Amino acid sequence: MSKQPAAVLGVGQTHYTSKRLDVSMSGLVREAIDKALADARVGWDEIDAVVIGKAPDLFEGAMMPELAMADAIGATGKPLLRVHTAGSVGGSTANVAASLVQAGVHARVLAVAWEKQSESNAMWALSIPVPFSMPVGAGAGGYFAPHVRSYIRKSGAPENIGAIVAAKDRRNGARNPLAHLKQPDITVESVQASQMLWDPIRFAETCPSSDGACAMVIGNEEAADRVEEGRRVAWIQATAMRTEPTTFSGRDHINPRAGRDAAAALWRAAGVDDPFTEIDCAEIYVPFSWFEPMWLENLGFAEEFTGWRMVAEGVTAPDGALPVNMSGGVLSSNPIGASGMIRFAEAALQVMGRAGGHQLDGVRRALGHAYGGGSQYFSMWVVGADRPS
Amino acid sequence: MNQPLTAPLDLFFDYQRSTGPTIGAFVTGLRDGRLLGARIGDGRVLVPPPEYDPATGVPIDDFVEVGPAGTVLSYSWQDEPQPEHPLDTPFAWALVQLDGADTPLLHVLQGDRDELEVGLRVVPRWADERAGRITDLVFVPERRLSSSKPSSDPEHPSSTSQPGSDPERPLSPSTPSSAEAEPVSLINTPIALSIEHSASAQESEYLRGLARGELIGARVGPGSPVYIPPRGASPTDGVPTEEFVQVADTGTVTTFCIVNVPFLGQQITPPYVSAYVLLDGADIAIQHLILECPADEVRMGMRVQAKWRPESEWGHTLRNIEYFRPTGEPDADYETYRHHL
Repeated sequence: MSKQPAAVLGVGQTHYTSKRLDVSMSGLVREAIDKALADARVGWDEIDAVVIGKAPDLFEGAMMPELAMADAIGATGKPLLRVHTAGSVGGSTANVAASLVQAGVHARVLAVAWEKQSESNAMWALSIPVPFSMPVGAGAGGYFAPHVRSYIRKSGAPENIGAIVAAKDRRNGARNPLAHLKQPDITVESVQASQMLWDPIRFAETCPSSDGACAMVIGNEEAADRVEEGRRVAWIQATAMRTEPTTFSGRDHINPRAGRDAAAALWRAAGVDDPFTEIDCAEIYVPFSWFEPMWLENLGFAEEFTGWRMVAEGVTAPDGALPVNMSGGVLSSNPIGASGMIRFAEAALQVMGRAGGHQLDGVRRALGHAYGGGSQYFSMWVVGADRPS
Repeated sequence: MNQPLTAPLDLFFDYQRSTGPTIGAFVTGLRDGRLLGARIGDGRVLVPPPEYDPATGVPIDDFVEVGPAGTVLSYSWQDEPQPEHPLDTPFAWALVQLDGADTPLLHVLQGDRDELEVGLRVVPRWADERAGRITDLVFVPERRLSSSKPSSDPEHPSSTSQPGSDPERPLSPSTPSSAEAEPVSLINTPIALSIEHSASAQESEYLRGLARGELIGARVGPGSPVYIPPRGASPTDGVPTEEFVQVADTGTVTTFCIVNVPFLGQQITPPYVSAYVLLDGADIAIQHLILECPADEVRMGMRVQAKWRPESEWGHTLRNIEYFRPTGEPDADYETYRHHL
């Protein structure tokens, strides 16, 4: 039996900032949900199930917060599922919500993801001194920096590539009213002048710590057809997820097989032969700037070790052939648990024509992408203006 | 095989909770010595106030002062209080339905076990110094008001700040230190977690090797990758890695980063080089420090050797190796380690 068509009917996001001290965790999440329901033109009673995602519990010190938050997220009396795939969780949450509609189980599913980094310290949570080992861990930056060095060595990329990505994403963020960091005047030179945190990763090439939440209403064909005339939905043309161990002998840390396999499955399911020409724009999970060229290769937009050339030639800039992270990306806003869903939601907004100040013209197909853990979880979707056949 | 090794892992963090308007009103009430509930859509008064109506999802802001007296609906006796409990003497966990409320509040009830019963009337005893926390009060039997004062217990002097520790303390709250004090909007929530961390059986053999100054890996069999520490099974196909193999304490830096950033809980003072070292005879790199050369001279391909701590300091840990240092040999050929990047 084939999948039922499913579409994003509405998107809601809070603004992203370092400390939302005026709201509780429930209040933060609810803000995004209220916006998503309004954007989808549906009420609480039209939601059949709720799927949530957040970063690991240690990040916020709240074990299974979804239990206490059931009223806030409108899950009382409905199925409530939690998805748990580290930093990619927002993307996986959207995919799980989509699958519940595609399987014909529900007509409308609310997907929501969040993080309130101001209540916690992810750097601490990611650097737990596990007994018997050397305490050389230094958060996500400390984990990924050696692999960035490997990419630079393997690809022969010039040193300024990371700075080009960072300057682009931060300038993009300045056009997004919801973005945490807005730096319209940032330059490649100013990025290169910023402090080296985890050599070769500089401060200005690093994502911020943000509070924020993102929600989406995903509906079936009938629900999509009931959206008012002239108001666009984003059809979910394909989803894919793959996983691999964090370490094994001979693992390709900079071009992980799980990501390559997920992308291949995604393009196949979406009927995409050449992603570079057939995808109009992409929201790619880039928490450290060098991951843009790495994921361009992993996703199949560029041949191995050539992703940096696309960056250098401005292909991923707003006026390039494949604009990447028009929203400003993770480099401009990073509520970790929500960051993956924001990628998926921003891809949908581009298709729906509701991206506001960072809207591109004529987007027919967009990619949303997320990864998590030690580059071991990958989730992605293609959304488009055309109903899947 | 010998017993797996274990070691304590104690985690602690002060999480900061933003209360938002509803929880904020409740905890601000506690600080001011008042118990607040809220009326929800169906007319009932819930304590503590829920942030959103369970039936309609509407935000709740119709606050109602309840109590201070209430009735015990049920209770459970805590004969041996645990360190994380609000009192260090035996007490009851009670469901107290405060006057004016339609739902019970789970709280601490201090009293003699013999006098507790369902239907017992109770009142709050407030702490002198209140921070806007649920532990700013305990409940005590109301009948104590009319009975003679119990004699104070010399074993439990009244200087402690616990609200229930002094039976002679007045039952009414002291005046808030500042009636115009700001509402409570942020609560410190310290959370501690103590884990007895266990190494796997094979990792324990590796750790016992470290205590002898040896580096022990394991593989599925001849020709298959040597994992250090041993994994118990190959991560790629699940076949047990049952053959132990000793590897050298010399190796090659595959890749690395220089940590310049300080952070909470950091155990090594930055800047330091965190490197992947592919030990000679191993097929997967371990992470360790590189010292005895300036950080900016560390290179991919650099040959290094372990600098062991004095034998008298050795234990079951990779920290027996203080760091790795350059051997001075020519750098390893890129082709020998590129498939480990």
